[in-house]
Amino acid sequence: MSKFVAILKKRYKRIIRMKKFVVPFICLFVIMANTFIVEGAETHTGESENATHNHDECSCHHEEKYDPGASAFHHIADANAFHLFGDYYLPLPCLLYSPGNGFTFLMSNAFDMHHHGSGTKAIDGYVMVHGSIMRVNQEGFPMDGEVEVSCYTEKEAADGKVTHQVVYKEKCYDLDKKTSYDGGIMGGGVTSFYDFGMTKNVFTMILAFLILFFLFRKAAVSYITRKGQAPKGVQAVIEPLFEFIRNEVAIPFLGSKYEKYLPYLMSIFFFILGLNLIGQLPFFPGSGNVTGNLSVTLVLAVIAALITNFSGNKNYWQHVFNMPGVPLPIKFILTPVELLGLFIKPMTLMLRLFANITAGHIVIIIFVSLIFIFGQAGENLGGSILGGVMAVPLTLFMMAIELLVAFVQAFVFCILTASYIGAAIEEHHEHH
Amino acid sequence: MTGTLAAIGAGLAVIGAGIGIGNIGSKAMEAIARQPEVVGDIRSNMILMAALIEGAALIAIILSIFVK
Repeated sequence: MSKFVAILKKRYKRIIRMKKFVVPFICLFVIMANTFIVEGAETHTGESENATHNHDECSCHHEEKYDPGASAFHHIADANAFHLFGDYYLPLPCLLYSPGNGFTFLMSNAFDMHHHGSGTKAIDGYVMVHGSIMRVNQEGFPMDGEVEVSCYTEKEAADGKVTHQVVYKEKCYDLDKKTSYDGGIMGGGVTSFYDFGMTKNVFTMILAFLILFFLFRKAAVSYITRKGQAPKGVQAVIEPLFEFIRNEVAIPFLGSKYEKYLPYLMSIFFFILGLNLIGQLPFFPGSGNVTGNLSVTLVLAVIAALITNFSGNKNYWQHVFNMPGVPLPIKFILTPVELLGLFIKPMTLMLRLFANITAGHIVIIIFVSLIFIFGQAGENLGGSILGGVMAVPLTLFMMAIELLVAFVQAFVFCILTASYIGAAIEEHHEHH
Repeated sequence: MTGTLAAIGAGLAVIGAGIGIGNIGSKAMEAIARQPEVVGDIRSNMILMAALIEGAALIAIILSIFVK
């Protein structure tokens, strides 16, 4: 009997010891989930500001409607201001240019944002709508200096196209679309202005860069100071990941020439991993959805494609244009397919990373939206509580999955890039 | 109407990818059971193949999201 008690005591001690770790862990998750809930609540109050459209009449009125899809897309989008909490935003520098009016430089807090990232001021014809800068595209609006505007609204045309509008002195003015750096060449439409400012995503990328720089600097320093000793601290975190990529990705795919491509592979892996992990945090330093932004993954994929094609040897290009050992009629089919493959490979790299990260974030936001769906947008307290009880474990589960996805996607991007480069630099071998 | 069709399309894409990745997983498990000493190679190839299949499915899903 006493033996049994001793075992029980031992077990109990172990449970107590485990509790030390488990309880703070769960608390952290609940806090994270709550941040989403608060954000969602703001979305809801922002959503209520809609205006009616009886031709020339224009006014702001309140409409109780919650759209989980729209709120999800709003939360994963890039923004010109970094939301901290409540009505507080981290101002980011905006450099705006429009062909007629020249450059405008300002900090994003000049728009005097209130809830939901919508500014109450228009400066030189620019306004801040839901965290992103837009420009008035209609006659009659004062295009110089600062004016007060009352609210923002949307107009839906007969063909389903939605135009944002700003209400100024009880009149509606059409807004231009969000800007694109390419001037509308890649779709998105030509805008009357260009935004060269530092957005939320740029801020997050610089943050990731700085964190990685300090981590790797520390690891590098400890390689010099702790020569011959076992790795410790930051070095012990970085080294297994580094060795894993080198031994499992670089050497098997690139063979003896792996050292030339190792810096690129490591940069891409740790950059994507860092951004994925920062994007997991729902509050201030994190929450920038960088790897879930198509432009960012496009650039990463283009860099991968350029490195692959510029390091391609004669053998690689021969396999693209004139596959050896294949009868002539087949070549007419095979060459176009191979040529298409040159573009499809980077395109899938781009879409895979984007879609995985975006899908994870959208699912989390939809789970949090359960609170507002069941609570009928704040009218039904019991429903809200039920929604919350459902939302917290589901969000917790999705966050755990996303943590896995963050590592797997960084690894997959790295391993696929390595395999494409490996195919391009492969030496000639006998198969025809 | 197109929204509904897009949702069905996304579902079909997921079925395809599910069958494909499921096959990869089952065969990889068999291979690991048969030859546990090459588990590292099998695992990285498994993830690589799963990622390639996933790419095709994701293109379909992205198209179905952006079709209006």
